[in-house]
Amino acid sequence: MKLVTAIIKPHQLDEVKEALEAFGIQGMTVSEAQGYGRQRGHSEVYRGAEYTVDFVPKTRLEVLVDDMDSSSVVDVILKAAQTGRIGDGKVWVVPVDEVARVRTGERGVEAI
Amino acid sequence: MSTTLFPFADAAETLDYASTGFLILCASLVLLMTTPGLALFYGGLTRSKSVLNMMMMSFGSMGVVGIVYVLWGYSMSFGSAPPDDILGIIGDPFAKFGLHNMEDIFNGFGYDGYGNVPELAFVGFQLTFAVITVALISGAVADRVKFSTWMVFSALWVTFSYFPIAHMVWGNGLLSGAETSLSSLVFGSTEDGANVAPIDFAGGTVVHINAGMAGLVLALVVGMRVGFGKVPMRPHNVPVVMIGAGLLWFGWFGFNAGSELAPDGTAALVWVNTTVATCAAMVGWLILEKLRDGHPTSVGAASGVVAGLVAITPACGNLSPIGSIILGLVAGALSAYAVGLKYRFGYDDSLDVVGVHLVAGLWGTIGAGLLATEGGLFYGDGIDQTVVQILIALSSVVVSGVVTLVIALILKATMGWRIPEDVEVAGIDQAEHAESAYELGTRAGRLGGPTSSSAREENHDLEGAQR
Repeated sequence: MKLVTAIIKPHQLDEVKEALEAFGIQGMTVSEAQGYGRQRGHSEVYRGAEYTVDFVPKTRLEVLVDDMDSSSVVDVILKAAQTGRIGDGKVWVVPVDEVARVRTGERGVEAI
Repeated sequence: MSTTLFPFADAAETLDYASTGFLILCASLVLLMTTPGLALFYGGLTRSKSVLNMMMMSFGSMGVVGIVYVLWGYSMSFGSAPPDDILGIIGDPFAKFGLHNMEDIFNGFGYDGYGNVPELAFVGFQLTFAVITVALISGAVADRVKFSTWMVFSALWVTFSYFPIAHMVWGNGLLSGAETSLSSLVFGSTEDGANVAPIDFAGGTVVHINAGMAGLVLALVVGMRVGFGKVPMRPHNVPVVMIGAGLLWFGWFGFNAGSELAPDGTAALVWVNTTVATCAAMVGWLILEKLRDGHPTSVGAASGVVAGLVAITPACGNLSPIGSIILGLVAGALSAYAVGLKYRFGYDDSLDVVGVHLVAGLWGTIGAGLLATEGGLFYGDGIDQTVVQILIALSSVVVSGVVTLVIALILKATMGWRIPEDVEVAGIDQAEHAESAYELGTRAGRLGGPTSSSAREENHDLEGAQR
């Protein structure tokens, strides 16, 4: 099993979610995040004082998938999240040892 | 207060109901300026961890000054006039202590008839001025002072700085147009008073220079916030800043037009001047920002509004509407420039009480000497009025500066001003008030169980019932 984590632009979330649903993914976890990569932040001016805002609002999306699906899921996310402009985000995959569904106690792939 | 004489000579014993109603409504409008207008304006400009403390400083001043004003404040400001007061500097605190000896009929115009109001209506109106003047100072020391010290400061400062200056300017004291005033000393006087009467229609010296200077001194004595100039300290809620500025503007009509004490032609002129000067100041601020920083900002618009209102306050009864536009444009640009000075000189006047209130207050008071349609330098009436304006402005700077320094140093040595550094970094709201302004995140209200005994018992009963 794998955990796919994607950091995307907040306004791309709906497209990514729909694309994942169309692929057959049945659940995901979404959280608000802040960060920066090559995009860096931006500056704001209040009463003449300039502030650098390093951290840009982003959305973090996490999906648990079976090993054989992980590469396709990454492709789906890339396709849906891409705008081609700086700040589109990143996707990464890590192995997962164990998954359990709290309600039923099911383990492994059954619990995904 | 200027006069428009009505044939009311036989009405000396009769209340002028129009003026009375007008004054009571205007007093209520001025109250709206402090709570919640100023509280919101300042609250939005602070960081989210200290917004409640900032708003509480306005509400706290309201509580303290409201009581003090009724007890000895009115008496010290307006309770007695020369030669019955103390050297033209301060009124007798006991002449009308606790508002005894109130007159049924009070006339701010100095003759009976037109403009007759109950003296208590005048008390209420003036009370609201004292409250907002103290509250204005709080912006200079945002995020970092003990609430208890602030409450004591409010009582001391209003007593020893506000009441004397109010008495001197409006209570026929040293800075008024009375025969025994400084202006009479310099330019002579007749039986009617000084040849060149100072212009301070609604409180450029009494309110804004006074509060602005106090803010500067207090910021210096209290010291900088932890991380000033290094950590970003940007306004946490700009829409709230704009709501606050809008409420201040609305309430300011009570402040300025109400200072005429009667709903007459001068009050109408004041209303128009107050509006157009404020519009001009906002535009002036935005133009300067666009040229200097590249963007006209929302905080700039809100700040320009306040700078314009401050500048027109002393001058609003003596300028033409065109003169008011000029006064406002200069005020906006001047204050937009002045708010940057604190970084250059290294004092943490957190919300720019100096840049807005002291600078625009000085400009408005002195500008009134240049632009007054009667007596103004730009109208070819010589420099005398301008000299008198500079004189009362500087007097206010000196009195406020010295008195604030003494009070601030005494409080520093006794109660202390600052909350501990780690507490300040964590946020003053939780430390001083045991509250947070906002519940952010998805665990709303579920961070812990009840801790007070009553809440615990209720919880216990609930559990029992469920069993």
